[in-house]
Amino acid sequence: MSAQKPRTLFDKIWDAHVVETLPDGTALLYIDLHLTHEVTTPQAFDGLRAAGRKVRRPDATLAVIDHNIATDASRYTGIVDPESRLQVETLEKNVAEFGVPFIPLLDTRQGIVHVIGPELGRSLPGMTIVCGDSHTSTHGAMGALAFGIGTSEVEHVLATQTLLQKPAKNMQVLVEGNLAVGCSAKDVTLAIIGKIGTAGGTGHVIEYAGDAIRGLDMAGRMTLCNMSIEGGARAGMVAPDQTTFDYIARTPNGPKGEALARAIEWWKTLPTDAGAHFDRVVTLAAHEIAPQVTWGTSPEDVLPITAIVPDPEAVEDEARREQFRRKMQYMGLTPGQKLQDLPLDVVFIGSCTNSRIEDIRVAASIARGRKVADGVRALVVPGSGLVKKQAEAEGLDRILQEAGFEWREAGCSMCLGMNPDKLTPGQRSASTSNRNFEGRQGPGGRTHLVSPATAAASAIAGHLADVRDYQPKDAH
Amino acid sequence: MEAFTTLTGIAAPMPKANVDTDQIIPARFLKSISRTGFGKNLFANFRFREDGSENPDFVLNQEPYRKAEILIAFENFGCGSSREHAPWALLDFGIRCVIAPDFADIFHNNSFKNGVLPVKLPREVCAQLMEDAKMGENARITVDLERQVVVRPSGEEIPFQIDPLRRHLLLNGLDDIGQTMQHAPAIDGFEAKQRAAQPWLYGA
Repeated sequence: MSAQKPRTLFDKIWDAHVVETLPDGTALLYIDLHLTHEVTTPQAFDGLRAAGRKVRRPDATLAVIDHNIATDASRYTGIVDPESRLQVETLEKNVAEFGVPFIPLLDTRQGIVHVIGPELGRSLPGMTIVCGDSHTSTHGAMGALAFGIGTSEVEHVLATQTLLQKPAKNMQVLVEGNLAVGCSAKDVTLAIIGKIGTAGGTGHVIEYAGDAIRGLDMAGRMTLCNMSIEGGARAGMVAPDQTTFDYIARTPNGPKGEALARAIEWWKTLPTDAGAHFDRVVTLAAHEIAPQVTWGTSPEDVLPITAIVPDPEAVEDEARREQFRRKMQYMGLTPGQKLQDLPLDVVFIGSCTNSRIEDIRVAASIARGRKVADGVRALVVPGSGLVKKQAEAEGLDRILQEAGFEWREAGCSMCLGMNPDKLTPGQRSASTSNRNFEGRQGPGGRTHLVSPATAAASAIAGHLADVRDYQPKDAH
Repeated sequence: MEAFTTLTGIAAPMPKANVDTDQIIPARFLKSISRTGFGKNLFANFRFREDGSENPDFVLNQEPYRKAEILIAFENFGCGSSREHAPWALLDFGIRCVIAPDFADIFHNNSFKNGVLPVKLPREVCAQLMEDAKMGENARITVDLERQVVVRPSGEEIPFQIDPLRRHLLLNGLDDIGQTMQHAPAIDGFEAKQRAAQPWLYGA
């Protein structure tokens, strides 16, 4: 064999998908899977129609409804909001006209696009995966190159199955050692964003490595890759390994039998070669990561749950200090306050970050035998109909409801303030979602990002809580 | 897409880092199925108070910035969601150029595809341009894509860097799909090879 330059996981997937390289170095990159939803596609299908173009690979495209819909029983009787209904009906019309496979709202497989791709076995190692949604980075957990695109690019992929892309830089985030009790992938990703900042990964693809990452299950890896975009990286990835292969073997639509064996043979060649070059390496010690909580209005405004609210007057740059003050005012915080003293109105467990069966199991284990505090509204929103069905088969819905949590239908729900699940102005939430931006969960809403375990413990406590004080009670 | 060659206009100063796309256009306004009409909800959570009235403290509610065609901000502009509604909302309001020290990747891509020019200049230059923008209605700033310079009201020229292919597409108002379609034989060839090597990727 010729001595080829050692390559990263990203380099290998990139190289395998370059159709052509243009004179200026831009690549025409082939896309293996295009996931679509109702919000970022109507204008793209309109563009195709206007130009008389077709969808090049309907078999490599999948559509689902997730952002707009109610997660209560009203979904069975129709969508109330006329604009949401029009957007959903537009997708239904477009997929029929262009022959795109579609999962209807009441289908058991319906769910958040970033939950169902891996769950159904459509998102696989070595693939290029795109979707008109920044949290497409989630699918990198499969060992794929997956990133969010805008609507013009959605149209480009629908028409040509390719994208014009410049190669990204390689960044490695190494997390070594064992995670402490009460800490999960969500705490790791928040700690990473706290360290690198929300623009730390701009222009890069992050590969997560180290034994703490290896030890994560697929749901944990998805949480980690999901929030890569909050660190500025369009894509995050984890090398495929036996955990990945075992997960795929259990999916309904993944390759089976001989096809799977052949696929695994190729997937095993994908991990980063020894000596491959990373443009940037960031290292964290897993055991030093405590349960994390955001205090401000950017995911990088994050601290351990035991910390106090920081003081804006300590910031030197005037523009930055002014912005810091604005965050404090928006979030209703006083410097020096203990984060754990902040009382909550709402707890949201769900979103493409943390709505998988593993997340719901953790929440239920903490909720078992306890009660949601008076005055707190706590929602658990499974990421898909299949997650919901599995949770119900395990009796988790019953445990959660007995504790006072609402058990909802699958969808994006309170992550983004686009459907009926919203915060009202001034409400404070502990949320397992991915963005604490001003107004993200509803105008004037105050979001603290946390793990599912911290969210469940906080619902019980009625304030932001240290999950280490709320370990599971015995099942009996 | 409308071509972008040179623009002279009023610039609105927004001295903030991490202006995210949820700020630019909140999700509850993403329900339209067209590309236009988003301008009225640009920065809605800042422009309007809870009762729907205008917030006089917000820059785009002040004269002369109601007619701003350029926006100047600090680091990581456009972070967060991939929504192309963000550049659509800027464009629909009348803003065709954003100047900042750096941009989030997806917003940066989306802007070019809609004739909105993102210009990267160092933080101290952005701060200086913000001061220029505060001088009054006649303190116009020019962004010349052809010559790759930003011209201050004083006439001082500040050069900026830009990807040559993107510059070409924007100067000529070209969209990518037609160009990519010319590579159809190469795409066909790629698919034939991939189908043989990785059949599980086909016919799902």
